[in-house]
Amino acid sequence: MSEIKYETVIGLEVHTELATASKIFCSCTTEFGGEPNTHCCPICTGMPGVLPVLNQKVVEFGIAVGLATDSEITPYGKFDRKNYFYPDLPKAFQISQLYLPICRNGVVAIEGEGFQKNIRIHEIHMEEDAGKLIHDPIFDTTHADYNRCGVPLLEIVSEPDFRSAEEVIAYLETLKAILQYLGVSDCKMQEGSLRADVNLSVRPLGQAEFGTRTEMKNINSFRSIARAIAAERKRQIELIEDGGKVIQQTRRWDDAKGVSYAMRSKEDAQDYRYFPEPDLSPVVISEEWQEEIRKGLPMLPKERKAKYMEGYGLSPYDAGIITGIKALADYFDEVNAIVGQPQEVANWLLGDFMRLAKAGEGDTFEILLSPAKLADIILMVKTNVINRNTAKEVFAAVWQEDLDPKQYVEEHDLAMVGDGDLIKDTVAKVLAANPKTVAEFKAGKEKVLGFLVGQCMKELKGKADPGTVNTLLREALK
Amino acid sequence: MIITDEIIDYVSSLARLDLSVEEKTKIKGEIEKIIDYMDVLNTLNTTGVEPMSHVLPVTNVFREDIVAASVPREEILANAPEVDHGAFRVPKTVE
Repeated sequence: MSEIKYETVIGLEVHTELATASKIFCSCTTEFGGEPNTHCCPICTGMPGVLPVLNQKVVEFGIAVGLATDSEITPYGKFDRKNYFYPDLPKAFQISQLYLPICRNGVVAIEGEGFQKNIRIHEIHMEEDAGKLIHDPIFDTTHADYNRCGVPLLEIVSEPDFRSAEEVIAYLETLKAILQYLGVSDCKMQEGSLRADVNLSVRPLGQAEFGTRTEMKNINSFRSIARAIAAERKRQIELIEDGGKVIQQTRRWDDAKGVSYAMRSKEDAQDYRYFPEPDLSPVVISEEWQEEIRKGLPMLPKERKAKYMEGYGLSPYDAGIITGIKALADYFDEVNAIVGQPQEVANWLLGDFMRLAKAGEGDTFEILLSPAKLADIILMVKTNVINRNTAKEVFAAVWQEDLDPKQYVEEHDLAMVGDGDLIKDTVAKVLAANPKTVAEFKAGKEKVLGFLVGQCMKELKGKADPGTVNTLLREALK
Repeated sequence: MIITDEIIDYVSSLARLDLSVEEKTKIKGEIEKIIDYMDVLNTLNTTGVEPMSHVLPVTNVFREDIVAASVPREEILANAPEVDHGAFRVPKTVE
């Protein structure tokens, strides 16, 4: 590569499937999966003569997301038809919003290592999801399953405000937290309920105008987003350095191969022939309706983080990670309500807990241990029933099957020896067996005390408070 | 407005219609008439008239978010050209 430094410019189109019970224009369930074509009716399969009716909850969710992103809510909105022939959409058009989307001009504040900035939201619109196509390589045919057809989506379109993959991921994590806090989507990337298309261009650093951009589709994890961005940036720069030109096109990301392929260029871009949807009435959102929804908004990640810092004395880092995942913050609250030691609870959640919760595939986050049981472990440490090392061991053992930690400690005889005499006897025994070390200690070599503590702990099978052992050792060595 | 052969070709390809030469000539004349008819609207003075986005004076027609039973799969698949494992089987389509 030459001396020129390049800047990456990225804009995102995020599609999020809404957590309504029924579809956007009919009463079929939105449940994920199911046998092919069993969540379908004449409306979502586009039979002639049917009439769609808008699910009110979709509008309410749209308003809530708009308010949470400081967007302007469109007082008089409507739907439009986007026409195209593709077997994932049996109607041959998608009902979407082009001219008067539900929200405009929002903002999402993001932060990460070395950056803190506002990402502007261009617009948010409501639309219906398409069906799922599965390619059959044996018969060289395509199978169409329309269960997902008509599941409500919000498409959140950002301005081209990102300059790195780190910013993109910070934004997606922030957005995901907001959507989960609002309860409007479960945001499971692996199930496709949160999807992002990446618009990317490069330009020499300092150049004011944007380069030609490409759009990458089919990216379904945070990890692949970072990889796709790095690969596309490299591809565009190499193209330019070789004297070529970036062509405006849509590309499909192949995560297994780590490369993207051109799908279609601007020249053969589809002509969607948008026109106002005649089957749906306009949507009027009054100030009163907005206010009603604003009053019902839950505490959002930003406020909750502030509460954890000011109310519980957690560091911005700890508070940020815990409140960044709603399920984790809820868990924190439940455990802390029982034990009343916020920093201790935070330490637990940010250690092995995090690793185990993220052990599943992709971006999954799954808590298998109920909060009362972690509270039991913390309380056993607090009341000196077990020491910290044993606590970690118990935690790892009970996690998977949500076992009762108290019972586990009992069954495995892990409770500490409260009996001072037994510890004293052990200390005497260890001292008698290590005369050389004792002499060293008495000669001023303080360090060797650790070894003696270790020997005592070993003798007591780890079931003693190391602090007590330490004290008793010192007393005996006087 | 003059409707060219290119426009006819483009519009028929968008609509996935395979038209014969005779059909194209016939349709060309018909589309010209429709467009000319629309031009009548352009002769009207619309100053101060609000653009309309829907013909009916109704807004906010909603349904509650309640799930109802879907239609039996046999009915959904009744018109499918081919069925395989409960899915519509169509010619290979890869974007």
